[in-house]
Amino acid sequence: MITKRDKQDVGQRLLARFRATGAEEVAPDILLPAESLLDLYGEDLRARAYVTADPIRGEMMLRPDFTVPVVQAHMRTGAEPARYCYLGEIFRKQDMGDTRPETPRDHEYLQCGFELFSRDPAADAEVFALFHEALAPLDLQAETGDMGLLLDAVAGLPLTQARACALSHHIWRPGRFARLLARFSRPAVARAFPDSTAPWAGMRSEDEMIRRIARLQADAAVPPLSPVWTERLERLFALRAPASDALPALVELARDMPAIAPAVDRIHARMDAIAARGIDLGAVIFDASHGRTTLEYYDGFTFTFHADRTLPGRATWPPVASGGRYDALTRVLGRGREIPAVGGIIRPGLVAELEASA
Amino acid sequence: MIRLGVPSKGRLMEQTFDWFAARGVRLSRAGSDREYAGRVEGAEGVQLVLLSAGEIPRELAAGRIELGVTGTDLVREKLAGWSSDLVELAPMGFGHADLILAVPDCWRDCRDLDDFAAITRDFRAQHGFRLRIATKYHRLVRAHLAAHEVADYQLVDSQGATEGTVANQTAEAIADITSSGETLRANNLRILDEPPILRSQATLFAARAALGPDLDAFAAVLGLQSGGVSGRG
Repeated sequence: MITKRDKQDVGQRLLARFRATGAEEVAPDILLPAESLLDLYGEDLRARAYVTADPIRGEMMLRPDFTVPVVQAHMRTGAEPARYCYLGEIFRKQDMGDTRPETPRDHEYLQCGFELFSRDPAADAEVFALFHEALAPLDLQAETGDMGLLLDAVAGLPLTQARACALSHHIWRPGRFARLLARFSRPAVARAFPDSTAPWAGMRSEDEMIRRIARLQADAAVPPLSPVWTERLERLFALRAPASDALPALVELARDMPAIAPAVDRIHARMDAIAARGIDLGAVIFDASHGRTTLEYYDGFTFTFHADRTLPGRATWPPVASGGRYDALTRVLGRGREIPAVGGIIRPGLVAELEASA
Repeated sequence: MIRLGVPSKGRLMEQTFDWFAARGVRLSRAGSDREYAGRVEGAEGVQLVLLSAGEIPRELAAGRIELGVTGTDLVREKLAGWSSDLVELAPMGFGHADLILAVPDCWRDCRDLDDFAAITRDFRAQHGFRLRIATKYHRLVRAHLAAHEVADYQLVDSQGATEGTVANQTAEAIADITSSGETLRANNLRILDEPPILRSQATLFAARAALGPDLDAFAAVLGLQSGGVSGRG
């Protein structure tokens, strides 16, 4: 049995490693205002986070994540480049479906994290290498991706702006994305908008509806997307290989999809920088779809470190560590100010379990 | 002793009494209409407990009653992981109601969930906040919209008069239980052309922990599950 104390010790050891890079240790509040978190993450967060009420401050949330309060604090006071580290509890409830799981996930657990605000393009490699080194004895599988690559690929499709916007908006929702892509690949059908005798009601204005109807009517005249593009996009999304093999495959794909060439160059430079830090690219998986099922705020480089989930009791384990680049988040939280930012978290509890079973 | 929880008033109580009577078990209130004690004739070792329908799921899960009659909507909304605690013994064929998503009828461009997802996205960009859906079925609606990957919305709590929230501008859409759709139409709301989020009806539930010979015997009296309920997974 691994006690909370043991997990705390592991967390302190990881934190010391982050601190040794010169990072400033921060301790964000545990009770956070719910509004900005909910606006950012949406209703899904309400299913996962503990919400409570304060008579003066309104709806508050037990810290479901460190990134947002760290970014907010940096936007208020920080100068660049800045490195922050932290260790503390995260609270997540588990809203199970019809059946209770046999091994429920922890509803409070430690996260030890590191965030780097810097305009230096080598920041991705610095953060990845730091996590790689901290976790090296545990024999984890490193996986990486790049959301910028997928967003550029979608932006480069020969689509109207309205269609391209809708597709990229849903890139984090694979089912809806696939349905939209299938719809754009079929000849458009003009649809009817039956009259209604009902009086106008609610805050959505009639103008907004008329604009959308005009957009849909214009869309009905748009020729379908050629299957060759769907096939290229699917080929890109399906790319999953050791980074050393994925890089030439990406260069090959960029011949057919020139829009991804700058992203491919960026990934190449990042991987070179990672290799220069002594990491074997043959052992790091590059998965083009890696970031699609993670949080929506990652918009560039993404990474995870997984334990072997085929071992008993580990099938539902989350990643031992995860992170990525979230420039867009700083744009949303910075009210116009934007700072390139990359970071990640390790779960000391899982590290302690792995060390105990080694 | 098997404690049987039954809704304490209204049509739901009467129809429950009728359902049991048709199976040879006579349930009745003891004494006056204001008394929440009950009588059971036609079965041994069964005690009638009259409760608010909304409390029956919780009482079953807590083991304070062994059997209970309530809507599938209430069980699924109120009990996370309900099937780990409860077993559905019999759908009872009344109290039918669908949990549906409805939008203002004046939205001529909104027919299905794809339209709805696109409108939530436009609305958020236009108004700077997420489109609001008024409901009291938070868990069911959230799970349904998550499964269909609708993202740019928020739920606002509405424990009553939900159909009025759109006209009052406290919500843009609603998710609620309806049987005939009349109240929706009267409030100029229209159900999306989609299967309902949940089809609910009054159902006889058993607490999983109470499954055993006593329950089997009572189920046999009711003509349910000739093989016995205790073997059901």
